[in-house]
Amino acid sequence: MSTGPLIELRGITKTFGEGAAAFQALKGVNLSIERGDFVAVMGPSGSGKSTTMNILGCLDQPTGGVFRFMGQEVQSLTKDQRSLLRRRYLGFVFQGFNLLARTTALENVELPLLYRGTPKAERRAAAMRSLERVGLGPWADHTPAELSGGQQQRVAIARALVTDPEVLLADEPTGNLDSERSIEIMKFLRELNQQGITILMVTHEPEMAAFAKTIVHFKDGLVERIEAGEGITA
Amino acid sequence: MLGTSLLLAFREIRRHLMRSFLTTLGIIIGVAAVITMVSLGRSVTADISDQISSLGSNVFFVFPIEGDRGQFRPFDERDVVAVREQIAGVKSVAGQVEANVTAIHNGQDWDSKVEGVNNDFLDARGIEIDEGRRFTEAEMEAGANVCIIGPTVQDEIFLPNQSPIGERLRLNNVDCQVIGVFATRGSVGGNGDDDNSVLMPLTNVQRRFTGNDNIGYMSVSYDASYDSATMTNAIVNLMRERRVLLDGQANDFDIVDTAQINETVQATVGTMTVMVAAIAAISLVVGGVGIMNIMLVSVTERTREIGIRLAIGALAREVRLQFLTEAVVLCCFGGLVGILLGFVLSYSLASVLGFAFIFDPGINVLSFVVSALIGIVFGYFPARRASQLDPIEALRHE
Repeated sequence: MSTGPLIELRGITKTFGEGAAAFQALKGVNLSIERGDFVAVMGPSGSGKSTTMNILGCLDQPTGGVFRFMGQEVQSLTKDQRSLLRRRYLGFVFQGFNLLARTTALENVELPLLYRGTPKAERRAAAMRSLERVGLGPWADHTPAELSGGQQQRVAIARALVTDPEVLLADEPTGNLDSERSIEIMKFLRELNQQGITILMVTHEPEMAAFAKTIVHFKDGLVERIEAGEGITA
Repeated sequence: MLGTSLLLAFREIRRHLMRSFLTTLGIIIGVAAVITMVSLGRSVTADISDQISSLGSNVFFVFPIEGDRGQFRPFDERDVVAVREQIAGVKSVAGQVEANVTAIHNGQDWDSKVEGVNNDFLDARGIEIDEGRRFTEAEMEAGANVCIIGPTVQDEIFLPNQSPIGERLRLNNVDCQVIGVFATRGSVGGNGDDDNSVLMPLTNVQRRFTGNDNIGYMSVSYDASYDSATMTNAIVNLMRERRVLLDGQANDFDIVDTAQINETVQATVGTMTVMVAAIAAISLVVGGVGIMNIMLVSVTERTREIGIRLAIGALAREVRLQFLTEAVVLCCFGGLVGILLGFVLSYSLASVLGFAFIFDPGINVLSFVVSALIGIVFGYFPARRASQLDPIEALRHE
């Protein structure tokens, strides 16, 4: 384990397209995230926050700069190595929940463990524990179509948690939910953070960002400012 | 890793049972068609083989044909004696001559044929006597008016439950006494019914029916320890010498070997079977293309799912293996169902057409292996496409 920050971005640039059509989405992002932080990333659309999240989630490669995750330089890793890094250390929660249709909540939560080759009995137990952790134990046999939006997002969170990740990446986790459900989810994320999981969340709603410890504002492909959220005192 | 892929493949197929079944329909039909064709081919071959072996084994037929100068010279009894006495390994030689006759008994008449033969003919062709007896030496010597009738003749003009032995039978205007009934010798395709025949001593038929000493053809049976090529050579050399053929002149007689007929027919039917099976196999390939189509649609339809899998850490090769496994499992299912269907089809077709059903394990195993291979070949392209998706793009896909 390195003693530096959990995540470190140094002069990250990202250019889409080539020649005249080229568009520079990131123009040199510098950001450090410590273990145990709860970071909300905000900014208008096109400000580079999603691109940054994709890079942090090891789904995309920066064009230039240095990205260290747990001290490891990610930009020099192969596609497969990045997949393995996601598998071991990252959990994803998406705006659209992205659960497998016609698949029970339990099987959805099991999925990451399948790729880890966890034996069946252990896999079932871990998935069940994770579902219980998000309060959906009794819904284990339901398919996404039989669950409400808030419940679906909690299944997605259970899936992200089942592997005990270092970092939970949430892209607009409340984007498809009404405000009551949104607050419920945010409270839950805050609880998880208090249990020690580092959370990175993209949102455009200030009241959701307020749950975080740190709020990072993006503008025009750069970090504009960093402020403390209310979560720090909660 | 393979276990995981299998589990995922089975889950996916279970989720889309109807679609999975329709996808594999091409493979099912292809496999069933190939198996049915090959099984039927086997049945037909066995059936023909059976018929040919009813001619007797280790038997040659020697008959005169037109020579290269247009001459046609029939055989006579001296040729029969020469073959019998001058060639080693010959067990029996029998001349035969035949004529069409109307058989009449008790006012019943029936179109049949009379075959002029001796007891040697019964030996050479393996004809058994069902009831009564064979000819005596004296009867053959004198050309007596006695006959051995075939089962068809018995059925057609004699009353059931009444022995024809000792009864009088009139053939055209020749009157004779029935001394025996021979056991069915089957019929060889295209040659009419060999059981619809009346056997009379050779000299009698020559005198009363054909009016000359000619012999239509000779049946030569030989000892099984001699091989067919040696025997053929010996007969050809003897007959050329007897017919005074010079070097360079073609034989004006022909030798047909039952083993050779059998081989030829088997080879012909075999070729036909392979050809028809090959046509059926095309439908297997078409089935494979069907699998590829549906798998490609499936990849597009499940783009988001693939994105999710990649995002939570599936390796590209794991996604590829998953889709490939799905295609192979589908094809194997199709293969199994096709084998079952092929069994049912070939079994019922064989019984409808009156052939014995023959189960050929080889073609069943081969069909199954080919279906699995088709799964690999046609599943690879869609699987590769799935594994090459960009997770970010895939997650955004609606």
